[in-house]
Amino acid sequence: MSARFVQPSVIPGFRLALGFTVFYLAVIVLIPLAALIWRASDLGLPAITSLALEPRTLAALQLSFVTSFLAALFNVPFGLLVAWVLVRYRFPGRRLLDATIDLPFALPTAVAGIALTALYAPNGWIGQLFAAAGIKIAFTPVGVWLALVFVSLPFIVRTVQPVLDDLDREVEEASATLGAGRLRTVAKVILPALLPAILTGFALAFARSVGEYGSVIFIAGNIPYVSEIAPLLIVIKLEEYDYAGATAVATIMLAVSFAMLLMINLVQSWSRRRFGRV
Amino acid sequence: MHLDIRQIAKDFGDTAALHGVDLSVASGELVALLGPSGSGKTTLLRIIAGLDFPTRGQVLFGGTDASLKSVQERNVGFVFQHYALFRHMTVADNIAFGLRARPRARRPSEADIGRRVETLLELVQLGGYGKRYPAQLSGGQRQRIALARALAIEPQVLLLDEPFGALDAKVRKELRRWLRDLHDRTGHTTLFVTHDQEEALDLADRVVVMSNGRIEQVGVPEDIYDRPATPFVFDFIGEASRIPVQVKAGVPHLGGRAVPLPADVKRPADGPAILYVRPEHVTLAADGHGLGGTVASLHRSGSSRRLSIRLDGTDALVEAIAPYDGEAPPVGGRTALRFHSPGLFAA
Amino acid sequence: MSDVATLITREAVIAETSGETVGARRRQPRRPTEESPTIRWTLIGVAVALLVVFLLLPLVAVFAEALRRGLDPVIDALTDPDGLAAIKLTLLVAAISVPANLVFGVAAAWAVAKYEFKGKAFLITLIDLPFSVSPVVAGLVYVLLYSTSHGWFGPVLNGLGLQVIFAVPGIVLATIFVTFPFVARELIPLMEEQGTTDEEAALSLGAGGFRTFWMVTLPNVKWALLYGVLLCNARAMGEFGAVSVVSGHIRGLTNTMPLHVEILYNEYEFVAAFAVASVLALLALVTLGLKSLLEWRYGDELAAGRRH
Repeated sequence: MSARFVQPSVIPGFRLALGFTVFYLAVIVLIPLAALIWRASDLGLPAITSLALEPRTLAALQLSFVTSFLAALFNVPFGLLVAWVLVRYRFPGRRLLDATIDLPFALPTAVAGIALTALYAPNGWIGQLFAAAGIKIAFTPVGVWLALVFVSLPFIVRTVQPVLDDLDREVEEASATLGAGRLRTVAKVILPALLPAILTGFALAFARSVGEYGSVIFIAGNIPYVSEIAPLLIVIKLEEYDYAGATAVATIMLAVSFAMLLMINLVQSWSRRRFGRV
Repeated sequence: MHLDIRQIAKDFGDTAALHGVDLSVASGELVALLGPSGSGKTTLLRIIAGLDFPTRGQVLFGGTDASLKSVQERNVGFVFQHYALFRHMTVADNIAFGLRARPRARRPSEADIGRRVETLLELVQLGGYGKRYPAQLSGGQRQRIALARALAIEPQVLLLDEPFGALDAKVRKELRRWLRDLHDRTGHTTLFVTHDQEEALDLADRVVVMSNGRIEQVGVPEDIYDRPATPFVFDFIGEASRIPVQVKAGVPHLGGRAVPLPADVKRPADGPAILYVRPEHVTLAADGHGLGGTVASLHRSGSSRRLSIRLDGTDALVEAIAPYDGEAPPVGGRTALRFHSPGLFAA
Repeated sequence: MSDVATLITREAVIAETSGETVGARRRQPRRPTEESPTIRWTLIGVAVALLVVFLLLPLVAVFAEALRRGLDPVIDALTDPDGLAAIKLTLLVAAISVPANLVFGVAAAWAVAKYEFKGKAFLITLIDLPFSVSPVVAGLVYVLLYSTSHGWFGPVLNGLGLQVIFAVPGIVLATIFVTFPFVARELIPLMEEQGTTDEEAALSLGAGGFRTFWMVTLPNVKWALLYGVLLCNARAMGEFGAVSVVSGHIRGLTNTMPLHVEILYNEYEFVAAFAVASVLALLALVTLGLKSLLEWRYGDELAAGRRH
């Protein structure tokens, strides 16, 4: 470790702390992920593409991406509304409501999965209301979407909330003194200021949804070509000892995760460059 | 557009921020609201703008009651202390915001808006900055953009909250002169809030000194400085020595001796009182006529020499400035003092 | 210019003025940054209704389904040997993976927050990486490494008599992976904010490195540390996807509580499944409660952004 690599400091323990950090990171995260990428490169891009284009795999990937996108999309207005209400209004039970937002983070996904199924199955509390109207929720893509809405809501709320909280009231007042009505102020002044946070929250919600497993598999019904998600397909392929197939699907999902991570970083640095802060 | 404020009072819960304030501002006047923090000056400014509403009282624009008008209808130009520029909009879009927010019938065409933005950018000496974002400007530039944005809506009155508060000392002085020039050219009725007495006295036609939700004194800068109306103004603006005295039959006495005062000084009722006098209003009388005292300390303060003089028969110290060419008495030396423009208030 | 005549300063409230025009109370316009009460309460109502349906109802359903036939079947499900084994395994896994990630979190935060070195931002990104990887993929990568038949290291380890996949070590590794960033990401921003002055002061007073860490750094971050451990533990006990891939679902041996829930559910033992699930839900509620308590009471001592 040369003197140029780290700036001199009187505080001891740099080598030990960084050494352990890098070692642990390598053993737990980097080497295993490298193993996946190594396997994928062994397969080669053409093989991965043809495995991904298998009708059943393609259907699963499509279902995962479309429902995840729609869930994140739904959670943008939903999360904005919740963040707005929590930040701007004072009402009894506000703190309790604030605490429940993190429920999907805290509740084990398998528990959420069976609970959602119990609610939305044709004989469940909510499912029977829809069943009476001839609408099936559980064991269809709608059920998948619903579970993804549940798990990804906190991402939008928790990224928008602090930004909304920090938003300078004077900016809204400035808009009003310039003659803008409340609706115009919200649309032209507040929402654009929240845009980087909304995009970040959307990307986080989408990334989480694409990879989500536990809360989805129970309510999805897992019918091939209809309600089978990509992560489940990995599990199925592993159980069939189809390591190549599992690797192909996992590689595509990992690529999407990295793309989302990259997008979040780009949004943040763009926002920092243009607006001076995130 | 002249502005009348009548009996404005504002309560926040149990505490009163303003106790029935009256003020008139003539058309085209530049008025400073000066006071320490918590004096109610910013609250008053916000009430005039319609950003806050008074508990009692009225605001009249050009003789018309505006109390029931919303901030959008009042058409006031407001410059916030931290400018409150829209960070996600270019400078040009910031300035155009108020024009684009107008109802369709009164909204200028985009071409007209563009021309108006250019004119305003020239006015605030930032021509060519339209495409930048606020984050790319210096503090002083942001300040001027905030002003241009407020001027774009052709406001009836211009209100500025601590307009130079967030700037460093050098930029502050430059912008002060610049704002005065701009005001003289555009002629907007303007109120600005400041806690900086130098800024208020330098810039304003008239200064309103506020304290604890009340107006202490209103006047031209010379009046405020030379003839403070209350002990608060004496203390808050400039410096003053405080001399405890006894008033007997309208004449202040110090250690049993009468203190000679100019005839125009208001006299309180008999009893204990405080005499206020500014160092520059104290003359060291070479002829020995005046209040006797001993020099307690002498030190140099920048370009002048300051004397602390203990008056005979008391513990009271009076600050004075030694004449630049004259002989100052040494520490322990005897001198005599005469007061110009002192104030006398019941203790 | 001005003269005193254009201006009136009245200290006292003059009765006649206030009587005619000033005192009358009329409906005033709203403050410009507020919505009307109708809009306000509508928005609150809609938000509460949506949150109740989407978040709270599932939670209620867990307990309602568990207690459908009273308390006895719940107790039966939890005291069943397989149930007890699942609870024990879950506690064991958490007891290994939480301390491991705690030590890592402290070391990483110390390195990142107290020094300036090249590649720091990249290191932080890598630390957060497990959050953006699907739990199933997290399980898969360990299978690819340690599977006895297909893994890189599997055959070697198997020769030494050590089985990782379909055994407890694999479950622990997968759990550590998915809970990897929790402690580090709470500590890093806080310790960066706190800077190095406290440590420098302690060192200048003659304290050694370990003593400085123990007496100065640790007390400064104790609540954030607890916060991170809390979240890490909740996820460790509740993890399903990653563990599911590596466990092999061997009853009584490699079944954690969430996996046990799945098996019971798939065997149509709904009450038993929800009984085990309700224990996990209670754990989630306790976690949320403690987390909120930390945010309210010690918000200042958690990292920025956690201060609600």
